[in-house]
Amino acid sequence: MLDLMAGFVAELRSAGLPVSLTENLDAMEAIRQIPIEDRDAFKYALGATLVKNSAHWKAFETVFEVYFSLRGPEYSIKDEDSPDEFWREMQDQMRQGEGKGGGGAMDSLTQEEMMNLLMRALMNGDQAMMRAMARQAVQRFAGMEPGRPVGGTYYLYRTLRNLDLENMLDKLQDAQRETATEPLTDLEERLNKDEMESRIEKFKQEIEAEIRRKLVADRGAEAMAKTLRKPLPEDVEFMHASRDEMANLKKALYPLTRKIAARLTRKRRKGRKGPLDFRNTVRHSLAYGGVPAEPKFRSPRPSKPELMVVADISGSVAAFARFTLMLVYALQGQFSKVRSFVFIDGLDEVTEYFKSTEDIAEAIHRVNTEADVVWVDGHSDYGHAFEVFWEKYGRDVNAKTTVLLLGDARNNYHAAQSWVVKEIKKNAKSVYWLNPEPRSYWNTGDSIVGEYGNHTDGVYECRNLRQLEAFVEKLV
Amino acid sequence: MGNRFESVQAVRDGLKEVNYLADDGIASVAFLADRLGKPVLVEGPAGTGKTQLAKSIAELTGARLIRLQCYEGLDESKALYEWNYKKQLLRIQADKNSDSWSDVQDDIFSEEFLLTRPLLEAIRADDPVVLLIDEVDRVEMETEALLLEILSEYQVSIPELGTITAKQIPLVFLTSNNTRELSEALKRRCLYLHVDYPDLEREKLIVLTKVEGISEHLADQVARIVRNIRQLDLKKSPSVSETLDWARTLMLLGIEHIDAEQAKETLHILLKYQTDIAKAVKELSSDK
Repeated sequence: MLDLMAGFVAELRSAGLPVSLTENLDAMEAIRQIPIEDRDAFKYALGATLVKNSAHWKAFETVFEVYFSLRGPEYSIKDEDSPDEFWREMQDQMRQGEGKGGGGAMDSLTQEEMMNLLMRALMNGDQAMMRAMARQAVQRFAGMEPGRPVGGTYYLYRTLRNLDLENMLDKLQDAQRETATEPLTDLEERLNKDEMESRIEKFKQEIEAEIRRKLVADRGAEAMAKTLRKPLPEDVEFMHASRDEMANLKKALYPLTRKIAARLTRKRRKGRKGPLDFRNTVRHSLAYGGVPAEPKFRSPRPSKPELMVVADISGSVAAFARFTLMLVYALQGQFSKVRSFVFIDGLDEVTEYFKSTEDIAEAIHRVNTEADVVWVDGHSDYGHAFEVFWEKYGRDVNAKTTVLLLGDARNNYHAAQSWVVKEIKKNAKSVYWLNPEPRSYWNTGDSIVGEYGNHTDGVYECRNLRQLEAFVEKLV
Repeated sequence: MGNRFESVQAVRDGLKEVNYLADDGIASVAFLADRLGKPVLVEGPAGTGKTQLAKSIAELTGARLIRLQCYEGLDESKALYEWNYKKQLLRIQADKNSDSWSDVQDDIFSEEFLLTRPLLEAIRADDPVVLLIDEVDRVEMETEALLLEILSEYQVSIPELGTITAKQIPLVFLTSNNTRELSEALKRRCLYLHVDYPDLEREKLIVLTKVEGISEHLADQVARIVRNIRQLDLKKSPSVSETLDWARTLMLLGIEHIDAEQAKETLHILLKYQTDIAKAVKELSSDK
């Protein structure tokens, strides 16, 4: 058990979770109190002691699954003699499954019979049955061979393709319509569909877990954990985020802005002390018999900066630009004025889109569809875009303005026109460049971030949420 | 360490008796908190029953609940203890001539002149107590430090009196709405529990227990619609307490079966932002 825990904690650490020594000890103490047979409680016991940030829970769960869920006979934990709970549970379900399947082992079912069984399980929301079906499906369709060097996603794809779950949803809805005594209202239909979708989603997760279990048996926990290792939400790179990861990032954004805003207001209010507040000092001197023993100061009210965001929204960096715009607008209250511009090779002001609606997502959508950003061919041309910016809006840049330039500075070998950045710098309070590319890629190929960077107050690498957060805090 | 609960299941059943429906995570962590004698840091969105958890545990164990509501600017004198300054002054003035200085000094820094605040009170209590430190994320980073001693050692050091150690280890719950990252030192000393919105089944059960006389059908519908709405990209998702308010409203209106129209008309109970309501209305009325 000790070895298993040591490996488990080591894996958590390499997945990026900060697990301290005391927390490790706490976990050891905790699992002495809760038997490993009670799988859920056991998991939460480990979670409560080792994971102190809800964003890390997913990563923890994955590692936990890998290290503790495979509890088959060939992988029993030594200091535990009783037959494994989980395994027995599995077999019980298999037997039940056979009973419902109308005699005969599940292995001998035809595909059609199996689909019917699955449908019934989904209809009734029968968890145990669904798990058994997932097991069966993987055995039948995934075609897993020991030692074969393919990823779990390949097996998952094969299994799902054979199960044809897309059609299942329609069939389930039809079945539900038939069984209902009176015609369903629109709302009910929608709700039913939601329910069925979530059940199918659960079933998919069962399949995934099953495949993972088998792979762990084949390759060992350590190797498996390594392949499953994913970056934590705050470390996901904007430029390479998958659709799921992007959705997760967006979800993380709102709480993050709240956090930043709260911290910034606090910082602004505390800060350096202002001039003596005479009235307040006299009032407090009463407690000391009229001696002004406790001088009071006015709190300073530093002015809020004005912000101009100029963002490249061409394909490669679009996700990053959108994200930064969202963050900036969610933090609007921290700035006295925010104006935003987007460009590819032409440039357009999009401040209005954000003003006209409260919903940032909708504004971003309008930016993507309506903004007039293509001038010639729709390939990034920083030089031209900057020229246009200077011509049209240059006089609005004043000593209170902070200008943010977003992009990878991959200029497709057009003229750089870096004099614009120099001019902006001359008039503005400060100019920063945020680059979503890793630092080692800068100034390679057609990237000329160095040339622009020379005229700014700083070029920052902003590959993930963590870096962006750090920058925004510095900015305000 | 404590032995208030038999097993995880016992916690769960016990909480159910006092009308709090715990899931596996909540029950396990509450059980561990007692066994390991560690405080619990409860985090999660507003209105998911974080504070209620502490109250219910107190009710379950028959303990007194001592609550410290945190706010910006909270300091030692509000959280731990304070010397009763006015009383001390009176004491000195009352017999100016009689006592020597050292007598007076010993006298005015005695228990008689100590005003206990929630944290000290929880430590000194003879009867069983549950200490709830509510919304701990509202205090400044520096103020957090004054919690550390009490959380890890269950003791309070008062320079004039010495160290006061707890007679019995109280169950401690800290809640946070996660408006800022809490310090590592604080987190390390606590068990961590994230309470999220409940899943469909649990929410339905919660509605059934908390709203009297509601039919199972309606509760099911309520839970399903709320889940549907939570999937939208909203400024503020409906909390459990808002779900309950909504269910009660529907009961008052005598609705047994929700249709899209009625749902739309009562949405303002679930959602508090105009843009959110607009989105939800669109979602409910749109055809697939």
